[in-house]
Amino acid sequence: MDSWYKFKRVFLSVGVPPTFWLVAFFLVPLALIWVFSFGEKTGVVGIDITWTIDNYIRAFNPDILKIFAKSLWLAIAATVICLFVGLPVALGIVYAPSKWKGLLLLGIMLPFWTNLLIRTYALIAVLRTRGYVNFTLEWFDAKIRVLFDLFGMGGIATALLGERFQALELLYNDNAVILGLVYVHLPFMVLPLYAALERLDRSYLEASLDLGAGHLRTLWNVVVPLALPGIISGIIITFIPALGSFLTPDLLGGPDSAMIATIIERQFKSANDWPFGSALSFLLMYITFGALALRAVMAKRGGSDGLEG
Amino acid sequence: MARRSLFGKDPAGPLDYLRKWPLLTVMAATFIFLYVPLLTLMAYSFNDSRRNIVWRGFTTDYYGKLFNNTDLMIAFGNSLTIALFSTIFSLVLGAMVAILLWRFKFPLKPLYEGTMALPIVIPEICMGVAMLAFFARIGWPNDLIWPINLANIIIAHISFTFPFVAVIIRARLAGFNREQEEAARDLGAGDWEVYRDVIIPHMKPGLVAGGLLAFTLSLDDFVITFFTSGPETVTFPVKVYSMVRFSVTPEVNAASTVLIVITVLLTAIGLWLQNKGTAKK
Amino acid sequence: MTPIIGIQSITKNYGGEVLAVDDVSLDIRPGEFFALLGPSGCGKTTLLRMIAGFEVPSAGKILIDGQDMSNVPPNKRPVNMVFQSYAVFPHMTVADNVAYGLKMDGVSKSDAAGRVEEALGLVQLPGYGNRMPDQLSGGQRQRVALARALVKRPKVLLLDEPLSALDAKLREAMQLELRNLQATVGITFVMVTHDQDEALSMADRVAVMENGVVKQLAPPRDLYEYPSCRFVADFIGKMNLFQGKVTNSASGEITVGVDGIGDIRVPHDGAASGEIGIAIRPEKASVSAEKPEGADTVAIEGTIIQIAYHGDESHVFVKTDNGLTVSVTCPNRTRTIDDIANHGDRRWVSWNRGDTLVLAE
Repeated sequence: MDSWYKFKRVFLSVGVPPTFWLVAFFLVPLALIWVFSFGEKTGVVGIDITWTIDNYIRAFNPDILKIFAKSLWLAIAATVICLFVGLPVALGIVYAPSKWKGLLLLGIMLPFWTNLLIRTYALIAVLRTRGYVNFTLEWFDAKIRVLFDLFGMGGIATALLGERFQALELLYNDNAVILGLVYVHLPFMVLPLYAALERLDRSYLEASLDLGAGHLRTLWNVVVPLALPGIISGIIITFIPALGSFLTPDLLGGPDSAMIATIIERQFKSANDWPFGSALSFLLMYITFGALALRAVMAKRGGSDGLEG
Repeated sequence: MARRSLFGKDPAGPLDYLRKWPLLTVMAATFIFLYVPLLTLMAYSFNDSRRNIVWRGFTTDYYGKLFNNTDLMIAFGNSLTIALFSTIFSLVLGAMVAILLWRFKFPLKPLYEGTMALPIVIPEICMGVAMLAFFARIGWPNDLIWPINLANIIIAHISFTFPFVAVIIRARLAGFNREQEEAARDLGAGDWEVYRDVIIPHMKPGLVAGGLLAFTLSLDDFVITFFTSGPETVTFPVKVYSMVRFSVTPEVNAASTVLIVITVLLTAIGLWLQNKGTAKK
Repeated sequence: MTPIIGIQSITKNYGGEVLAVDDVSLDIRPGEFFALLGPSGCGKTTLLRMIAGFEVPSAGKILIDGQDMSNVPPNKRPVNMVFQSYAVFPHMTVADNVAYGLKMDGVSKSDAAGRVEEALGLVQLPGYGNRMPDQLSGGQRQRVALARALVKRPKVLLLDEPLSALDAKLREAMQLELRNLQATVGITFVMVTHDQDEALSMADRVAVMENGVVKQLAPPRDLYEYPSCRFVADFIGKMNLFQGKVTNSASGEITVGVDGIGDIRVPHDGAASGEIGIAIRPEKASVSAEKPEGADTVAIEGTIIQIAYHGDESHVFVKTDNGLTVSVTCPNRTRTIDDIANHGDRRWVSWNRGDTLVLAE
């Protein structure tokens, strides 16, 4: 690597344009809402910057706190499910025959490339009361009734399954949001886990098996501790976007499954309270930075997780 | 007797986890979970039924309707225009950042790298509202003619795509053998020739992959666009969003299928080029 | 004869701490094959890169053909380099690679085409011009790198570990070929290598470096037979080294007392006193059952403790009663096991007094 002052001309000509862009069209907008977050709303569009911390204090009133708590709960639940699904999947891919490996990884990545909105929409189409899941259930329900009727036991079927098929309410509740978050963020978990496990020398596993441990004991005593930096990295990489999700709770959630992003959006659109929305945005960012800092600390302690370019 | 499996004639070794049924079950369930919703969505875009549940026969009617839906086509045109411009700008800016970070040591470099990564890590919603506030505060006019009225969306998209492009190109540059640069110099090339003849040709797969990534990121973005688009500048995802809010219809299925095919294709090409590039170094 | 390259008190340190090259001065003669030999980190590559212009000396001057190169960038120096990784441009055809330097010099396309074909013929790749580098083997890529450098008709060709990436068989063939090529084109070659065998078999003169300093500069035979110091003696070939004390110093001869051997009279010019090292190459000694006679023979008795069989020769290790181990290389002249080769036998190790080396430092 060269010192910048040795090649000042090249350094400046490649350095100035992107730096200018980042400052003008990213840092300035962020700074603007940071300043707004200390302002007061005066009328429809007016904002007075009074350096009040009221907006932050308002974030701690019970209604908003409840939404923060719910966001955390939904994001954590989704992350935990991703971990429990992602670990065996990553393990399976790492120890798959090499010609399968690329294909399986691609298989995990492929849905990830499709539009977030479309993926969420696909879930709606599957889960809604007139959706494919309920339709399939109804079909089985009808077949079972026919089967029982055939043996003249229609009464038992009615007793078991109810008078007629009741569609399951799979959408517009917290479970749907968790499912949606898992659906959308699973690759975020699988990829770092895969990277961590891939680097793990398989002779560690063989040594553990050789010394008499079973597969589950090996997983718990050898794989998990050694892959811990990767696991933590995966948890945080999954958790951050899950916490900031806007579309998933918006489209899959019920009236009480609002997440932080939902109320931020409300402040900027329908409620038109930009200072409060700005304060909430910054609180969300601080949580994000905290999680990133945690990951950096863990990565330093456990050695690099190899995810940075 | 050794257990035989689908995967080959050899008996399973102790670490062939993929051949063990608990793992195989989780794996299969995951793939079903990931793919069934998308595949049914795509399949039902060809279903000859408005109610969209029972299969009533194959039709491409909804694709025809899609192309006759002026609003949707305008939105699609907007999306492509935005993606095109943001790709060009992101490539230039991203390549500059990549060269800067790959080539030079300078004071506060870790801080600079961290700031450059911010658009990648901060929640989209925060960036979206920041852009909304920014354009409102500087008094961005919203009565411009097409395509200049898309400029604010393009600017917002460039801001979050070029750091991604920089990451990709920098990864490509990391595989550059500095001896090639020295060889060019040794044979008489000056600063400019070194870039033209050696470094930029080496970057090419990264530029293509980065460009495709920028294009798909821009084409796919909903949240940031949602906050920067106006009634006259609706993009495809924003349009689909408003349609999805009301109902599940075959037209939306068809539109989604088109977008899925485009993005998957573009990303696959990008990935393939990137692999080809790294395999050759 | 004016040197083609004059290195004058060159010093290179990185960040004021690490001294890569420490006040080196040497001259390279026109038309010779010169090798810089040393272990990794000895400064040989840094020195080569300073000649090419990729590193700037902290102090001192480099002259090429009498011209000071201090302010001349690499692209303006009359030297060309063959890189360790060859650095053949992967996105250009073989012909474009070879023509690259000519293009930079503004040579016309038609002139360049002829010179490229000539250069490819020189490295035995005629007709390979349209191939891409990834269609070539490692050895062929190296030839392209050679042609690319030679086509510019440099005053000096610099080679950075040119054979290290080749497998053993190919390396031996290339050693000969490079040597012949150098004789054909008559250009001065300066090669950096860590492989002593390579340096000895190819170069006219070799500079052995350690820790940024040239320890000895001599033709290969002198380097092997008359190493100037313990480092060179040990680095090049195998050596039995003993520590001794000068007991008597006469004109042209000294007597050294070595623990476990006794007094040895060794031919030596100049004065010597105190602690001194003496050495004998394993192949200069021999093993025998009877004590060899003769005034000029040094003989010591011991027990064979190990015999390592290498096919063409065996390395026999004999331990004296005082605990000193001497290794002797015995050629396997017949297919049967020689009677010298038995573990635990008492044997005499002997050599000609004149073959003993005296190492003052």
